[in-house]
Amino acid sequence: MKLSNRTKVVEQGEMTLAERMYLPAIVGGMATTLKHFFSKPVTIRYPEQTRYLGPIYRGHHILKKDEQGAERCTACGLCAVACPAEAISMVAEERKKGEEKLYREEKYAKVYEINMLRCIFCGLCEEACPKEAIFLRHDQMVPVFNSRDEVIYGKDKLVEKMDQRYLREGWK
Amino acid sequence: MNLFDSVFIAKASFIGVIFLITLGVAAYSTYFERKIAAFMQDRIGPDRAGPFGILQPLADAVKMFMKEDFIPANSNKWLFIMGPCLSMLTALMTSAVVPFGDTITIGDVTFDLQGIDVNIGILWVFGIVSLGVYGILIGGWASNNKYSLLGAIRAASQNISYELAMGLSIIAILMMTGSLSTKAIVEAQQNGHWNILYQPMGFIIFLICAFAECNRTPFDLPECETELIGGYHTEYSSMKLGFYLFAEYINMFISGAVMATLYFGGYDYPGIDFVTAQLGATAATLIGAGALIGKALAFVFIFMWVRWTLPRFRYDQLMGLGWSGLIPLAMFNVVVTGLGVLLDQQILIGIGGVVVFIAGIVVYDQLFVKKKLA
Repeated sequence: MKLSNRTKVVEQGEMTLAERMYLPAIVGGMATTLKHFFSKPVTIRYPEQTRYLGPIYRGHHILKKDEQGAERCTACGLCAVACPAEAISMVAEERKKGEEKLYREEKYAKVYEINMLRCIFCGLCEEACPKEAIFLRHDQMVPVFNSRDEVIYGKDKLVEKMDQRYLREGWK
Repeated sequence: MNLFDSVFIAKASFIGVIFLITLGVAAYSTYFERKIAAFMQDRIGPDRAGPFGILQPLADAVKMFMKEDFIPANSNKWLFIMGPCLSMLTALMTSAVVPFGDTITIGDVTFDLQGIDVNIGILWVFGIVSLGVYGILIGGWASNNKYSLLGAIRAASQNISYELAMGLSIIAILMMTGSLSTKAIVEAQQNGHWNILYQPMGFIIFLICAFAECNRTPFDLPECETELIGGYHTEYSSMKLGFYLFAEYINMFISGAVMATLYFGGYDYPGIDFVTAQLGATAATLIGAGALIGKALAFVFIFMWVRWTLPRFRYDQLMGLGWSGLIPLAMFNVVVTGLGVLLDQQILIGIGGVVVFIAGIVVYDQLFVKKKLA
């Protein structure tokens, strides 16, 4: 019994004269390649040309600051727990008096490190963060590293700079 | 003595120029091969070395020279070195009889733009091309490697098979011109009487055979990577490999020049009388030389175009096409041309021959080839 009536019996007959001579097929194939010869290349010359990867691309990590320039991270460690690759590690420190301008919460991350060789850019840290402190930015990728010393990114590379703030389209 | 000296110097400098043009064209063929391949696959191709990547051949040459020059322990060392040298030598020797232009006068010296005008010009080309097989055969044999040997054997049998059809297609031209000299053949085609009009079928046969003689796709069985690793140059590295590849590109350029000479009027171009009247004979000759090189380059483009379009033949298909396809066709062409010469109606008979051939094939197909009923 047939399950559907869409089966079609295909039988290849003898090749016709034109097919056996191959020449019409060769001419047709050469026309195809010539058409592609004059069509626009699809190549993107990567380091010079970059293409927009979309608003939700998961690229370089960033530790956000708030409008007053205080770090949002409170070193709760939820990102490190959420991280499936165990790439995040941090050392917490209590905020001293007079540091209110620097750190938003009473506890902050003295050391915050992401091992970029371990990171799989899944974005779970971003989802886990209760303080909206860590994000994977959509407009910038982690650059290529040449030695293992460059692999662990500390706060110097991760914390947002106030003159180059990272804003997503939805936040504006 | 003075005249001899100046003619000698003029000839020597001309040969030097042809040598440089051939080598330059061959070097840049590698670049354009990659560019054309890229364009046909919607890519850009090499564009890192210099603007548009035009320094790529230089970079490739430096790479080739810097690589380790390895000679296998069990190979025949001298033959192993001789193989690529012979390939390169024969590839460069062929251009000697190609007439690149009419006579040119510099000062009081008049000389032909041709290496040597021998009265066996076409036979020279054939002889040297046949010798070219030895480069491949010796290289493949001396490598002491099964794959190399298989590739070399394939190259030899393929070249011998296709030389027959090639020779037969040239016989038709010889019958029309009555001379083996390339110069005479070109002069018979002046003012637009190009042989392609008289010999369309012969040209197709010659073109297919030229592909096979140059070991180009779809006839590149001697070096097919999938079956024979690299074919005859499996064991070669460094500049010896470079020589083999270089010889292939030189062969392409020279066979393009030979095809232009035999079928497309050589250095003839439309409006040659007008240019001669306006600018003088020397300018007309130089433009003619440019026209010949342009035609040859157009053929090089066709070689590359076909390479990036067609897959490779199977070996029995290759032999079948050569022996039972092209050779009978070439014989038919000889008979038709003979008829044309006899009746002094060459264009008519030439085109009529193609029509009769196609009609014959269709009739044969209708009468004798069994068809499956639908």
